[in-house]
This record gives sequence, structure tokens and C-alpha cells, in this order.
Amino acid sequence: MCVVCGCGNTQEATAEKSVHADPASGDLHFGAGAARVSVPGMSQSRAVRLEADILGANNRVAAENRAHFEAHGITALNFVSSPGSGKTTLLCRTIEALKARAPGRRVMVIEGDQQTSFDADRIRATGAPAIQVNTGKGCHLDAPMVAAAFARLHGHHDHGHDHDHDSHDHSHHHHDHHHHDHHDHAHGHDLLFIENVGNLVCPAVWDLGEAAKVAILSVTEGEDKPLKYPDMFAAATLLLINKIDLLPHLDFDLARCIEFARRVNPGIEVMPVSATSGEGMDAWLHWLDQQSEHNHPHQHAEASAEAALRQRVRQLEAELAEARAAAQQSPLAG
Amino acid sequence: MHEASLAGGVLQLVEDTAARENFRRVVTLRLEAGQLAGVDTRALRFALESLAPGTLLAGAVIDIEEPPGQAWCLGCSQSVALAQRGEPCPACGSYQLQATGGTELRVVDMEVEDI
Repeated sequence: MCVVCGCGNTQEATAEKSVHADPASGDLHFGAGAARVSVPGMSQSRAVRLEADILGANNRVAAENRAHFEAHGITALNFVSSPGSGKTTLLCRTIEALKARAPGRRVMVIEGDQQTSFDADRIRATGAPAIQVNTGKGCHLDAPMVAAAFARLHGHHDHGHDHDHDSHDHSHHHHDHHHHDHHDHAHGHDLLFIENVGNLVCPAVWDLGEAAKVAILSVTEGEDKPLKYPDMFAAATLLLINKIDLLPHLDFDLARCIEFARRVNPGIEVMPVSATSGEGMDAWLHWLDQQSEHNHPHQHAEASAEAALRQRVRQLEAELAEARAAAQQSPLAG
Repeated sequence: MHEASLAGGVLQLVEDTAARENFRRVVTLRLEAGQLAGVDTRALRFALESLAPGTLLAGAVIDIEEPPGQAWCLGCSQSVALAQRGEPCPACGSYQLQATGGTELRVVDMEVEDI
């Protein structure tokens, strides 16, 4: 085979090997190849039906990631945006707000960038564990990258926890209980923020195993971005319109931006926020709470209260059906 | 340029299939990249042709079909053509559209040679 240019020499070259021509007589000897046998049709072309998803390998790993996150009670969110939308600042502010709002909640971060660990350093400064993934020439994160980064994050956390355990041996009983809770992940509150490479095109196609994609668009970018990059906004569950503290200085039509986003994705939720002024952050934090409850409903008191109510409704409905059946039977019997 | 990664995925699929089906060369490779799959077919072809030399795909004819985009319109309750996300329903002008077709991204089949 021609390995330099890939020209179609392959057929002739290999045909000469398996069909040997006697230089004296010109006779053709089939089966001179490695198999020592000629199978009719074997050297001819044949069709192989595949019907395989090109992203299949990625999607299998993404499904494993998803199952892994769910088993650990972790809600994973994939943050997508163009560079400079304020993703990292928004994540830092979110982590700080969550620390005050729900101190027991763990937040881990995977940072995707072509180069440098600047973003992971900024996240680590908040106290949250973070792993930087440098994609090099790559324009997006893929599921295996997230699997590898999560393994490091999670392993690191467990190590830290064991260490903690040793140093607090005196409160053994109490700590055991705490430890147990953590490892069962009974709270289902934990969050994994995956900050994708700043790019509004490629990350739309790669499933990482996240519960939802959160698109971030800043008001300095122009309200028509959802129409310019429709695939990303179609793939997102939530759109955060960031830097709204700058709206008075800009010619950005918020209503129009939301209308454009809904054109490409009628079901998308939209929240205007400002990581700098804190405006809209409450709604965003509430959305995060809802995601955890939605993903891990059995782990919440509210959900179990709802389940009890549903059970009660079923009981009452059954009683009502019996009563109706009895009422129908009696006039017939009479 | 995520098409380069996709081309890598295609080659991986072809190599895995070759190991299973025992073939040495791909003569024709037929792909489907739907209109709404988020893929530029010219970029995908370029990426595949760049990566082919020295592999099973060397010299292969690459055929990329583009199944048309289709959507269910909640406005007029019918299946309509949608060439691009963000466009209105051609029948009623509604944007309440749910993509139902043209999102495929797959290797359909290939013609191969054993030698």
C-alpha cells in the first residue's frame, strides 16, 4: 500500500502477492498467498453494514459518567459559552454563595481550556477542588477527558477525607457517622461544574454525561448570538444572560435575546444574572437546588412527603372506585 | 473544527470493524451527517481525507449524505422541513419546533476488500 499519498495502489500490490504467476510458463497459481487457499469472492469487495453512531464511543463513556455521577449523588452541569462571557467569575461567585447558603454541599470543578491552569487556580482560590484539563489543539471537552478528570477529583477528595478522619480520631463516633453519610452521598446535594472550552460550536455535539448544559451569554456579546450559534442554544437547558449590570451602558435588547433563544429552543429557561452585582443570583441558586432535587428526588424530605401524598391519593382513589362500584351494583341488584 | 475529532471517531469505528470482519481496505465509505447534526460536511470530508493516508481509509471514496432537517411543529401539529435551527415553520410561521430528523451522525455502511 502506498502510505505516502494513499493513492489506489493497494489492489495491484496485494493481488500480486496472492496470485503467483510462473515466470516460465505464465501459469497462474492461486492460493500462493499466506492463506494457501483461494476462496472465490474473498478478494473481491463486499459490503459491511454498520449503522454506527460516529459519536458512539464518546456517548458510551458519557453514559458511564452519568451513571457514576448519579450513583454518587452528584449533579453535573456542563457550562458552555464563547470566551470572555464571564464563566469562571460566575462559577467562583456561585461557589462562594453556595458556601454561605448550603455549607455541607460539595462543589467540584473541571476546567477545560486549550492551555494554562489559570481558571483552575481561580476556582481553587475559593476552596473548591478543581482539575484543569488542557485540550491542546482540541476545541472541546469529550467524555473520556471528563471521566479522567473526575477520577482525579474524586480520588483526591477521598484522600483528603481519610486524612481528615485520622486527625479527628477523638470524635470517632460522630465522625464515623459523618464519614458514612459522605460516602453514601445520601444528601444528593453535591455539584460538579464542568467549564467547557470557550467555544459556541463544537461543545454542542459532545455529551459529557452532564445532567444539563448551561449556556452563558454576556450582554456585551450581542443579542443575536442564539441565532448565530443555534446548535449550542438548542442543546442547552438553561441560558444565563450574564453581566446585566452593564445593560445601562449597552444597546442590548434583553427581550429580543430571549425571543431569539426560544426560536432555536422553545423550552429553554432563561435567567438574567450579574456575577459582579449579584443581581439574579438567587434565582440561579434556586435553579441549582431544583436540579439536585430533580436528579435525586428520593433523597429529599420534600420528595418523600410528596410520595406519601401520592400514596394517600391512590388509597382514596381506590376507596372511591370501590364506593362507586358498590353504588352501581346496588340499583342493579335492587 | 470538531470535524477533525469526528473524523478520528470514524477511523476508530472503521478500524474496530476491520478487526472484527477481517478486511484490509475500505473502497467506499458511506456516512450520514444530518442537516441539523451540527456538522459541516465539507470540513468532515477534508478531515477524513487528511487522515486517510496510511490507514484503511487510504484511497477510499467518501460519500456523505445529508438527511434533511425535519421538525414537529407545535403550532400547526405536523411534520415540516427545517433546514436550519432558528427558522420558522414554513407552514404557519411558528418557532415552536422540535427537531425530529436530520440529527443523524453515523457511518451507514462501507464497501471493503479483504486483501
